[in-house]
Amino acid sequence: MFRNQYDTDVTTWSPAGRLFQVEYAMEAVKQGSAAIGLRSKTHVVLACVNKANSELSSHQKKIFKVDDHIGVAIAGLTADGRVLSRYMRSECINYSFTYESPLPVGRLVVQLADKAQVCTQRSWKRPYGVGLLVAGLDESGAHLYYNCPSGNYFEYQAFAIGSRSQAAKTYLERRFANFADSSRDDLIKDALIAVRETLQGETLKSSICTVAVVGVGEAFHVLDQDTVQQLIDAFEIVGEPEGPAAEPEPEPEPDAAAEEGTTADQGAAPDQGVAPMDI
Amino acid sequence: MATTMVKEVGSEPAQLLGPESASERTLYPYVTGTSVVALKYKDGILMAADMGASYGSTLRYKSVERMKSIGKHSLLGASGEISDFQEILHYLDELILYDNMWDDGNSLGPKEVHSYLTRVMYNRRNKFNPLWNSLVLGGVKNGQKYLGMVSMIGVNFEDNHVATGFGNHLARPILRDEWHENLSFEDGVKLLEKCMRVLLYRDRSAVNKLQIAKITEEGVTISQPYALKTFWGFSAFQNPTVGAEGSW
Repeated sequence: MFRNQYDTDVTTWSPAGRLFQVEYAMEAVKQGSAAIGLRSKTHVVLACVNKANSELSSHQKKIFKVDDHIGVAIAGLTADGRVLSRYMRSECINYSFTYESPLPVGRLVVQLADKAQVCTQRSWKRPYGVGLLVAGLDESGAHLYYNCPSGNYFEYQAFAIGSRSQAAKTYLERRFANFADSSRDDLIKDALIAVRETLQGETLKSSICTVAVVGVGEAFHVLDQDTVQQLIDAFEIVGEPEGPAAEPEPEPEPDAAAEEGTTADQGAAPDQGVAPMDI
Repeated sequence: MATTMVKEVGSEPAQLLGPESASERTLYPYVTGTSVVALKYKDGILMAADMGASYGSTLRYKSVERMKSIGKHSLLGASGEISDFQEILHYLDELILYDNMWDDGNSLGPKEVHSYLTRVMYNRRNKFNPLWNSLVLGGVKNGQKYLGMVSMIGVNFEDNHVATGFGNHLARPILRDEWHENLSFEDGVKLLEKCMRVLLYRDRSAVNKLQIAKITEEGVTISQPYALKTFWGFSAFQNPTVGAEGSW
């Protein structure tokens, strides 16, 4: 996108019927580090890449517990994400207090979307620069929604947002038909593999990713680092080459081919005769 | 009725409470309904209430429906001030309307409605302006039976059988003895009628015209009004003055 004369404020339409400020806000989401969500009939898993700015600092919190039955992963302006999480927590707890019952996820998501829409129609506001993957459980089952800065929301079986999320999406697209009946552990494994896709060859370790689960009989919680590392070790069949690798992993898993399709990588594309495989 | 009393007695507490005018706070009930009795049975909830509304000691109105269905899953019965009951129905109408407007497959069940009513009653009590009712909320949702009560000061609880007003004193002892899980519909109705008959004999504000309502997973049915058979032919009632000359 290039600068143009219709992009100064959110209340100006372009002649082509676009609101550029809203689209720029969606760009901010694409620049954030990746967040992935997937669901089965009984569980929803959120996973995200958590890179610290330097070795001296802690990393950004990108997954928030909203209530026992709802959690959210964000990508983009994390400050905006924090504020929206606080709003969601407030709505959930007020509903719980009045009705002694958990707020249905679908309703929270609509309220969130309406809140985002307001910012696209006030000259003194700006759109929220954060995309939210809302994972939750209610009477009608397990749900995963994506809330966009534009005020739109969609329900997904699996989705990924943030930078290099296309790699994860490609992997998820191939596998999503199986997710509905997946076990909890398989779902988490798929989430971790999807996260690995976005890392472009970098070693997947629990210090750079965060995983959270919510399910029937299981309140939303973030898995601790040791558990995540164990899960990673369990499916890494062959050890990773040290450091950011110049070639895709040699494991027999089909996702190796997915990396080829992503943005320009370290020139590893044509080697090893890796052809796209059908799974 | 007691209008002359209102001005004198009513103004004191109101003045202490602030600049609002005295006439806006509920001080006494005027048109009141008497007991509501309800119990859980095999398929859901059974609730009974008579159709009387008293104006002090006068049995003024005799066709008042004191039980109403709320949404798809709940049934509300009320005793106490009838106008406050109508106000509550208005609040619940709005609540259910907004719930339906979401149009998303979720709906407020009896537990949620009960909780909401508790909040309303308690908040009004805190403002010294209570809704002068004892409410019975029963329902079934997703196979789960629910039966609860809220009083005018916001006390709420759930139980297998509940009653308001005189029903607490006369009906609940009977229910404690004779209620059991998985009552059939017929047994439930018989048990309720037994309670209502005792109330009819002993509660001066009871009238002999009652309705029994049932709520199950399928929905709500409120019966047509009918009367209970009573028996007054006790020998003690013949020649009642025989042992007390001069009385009547």
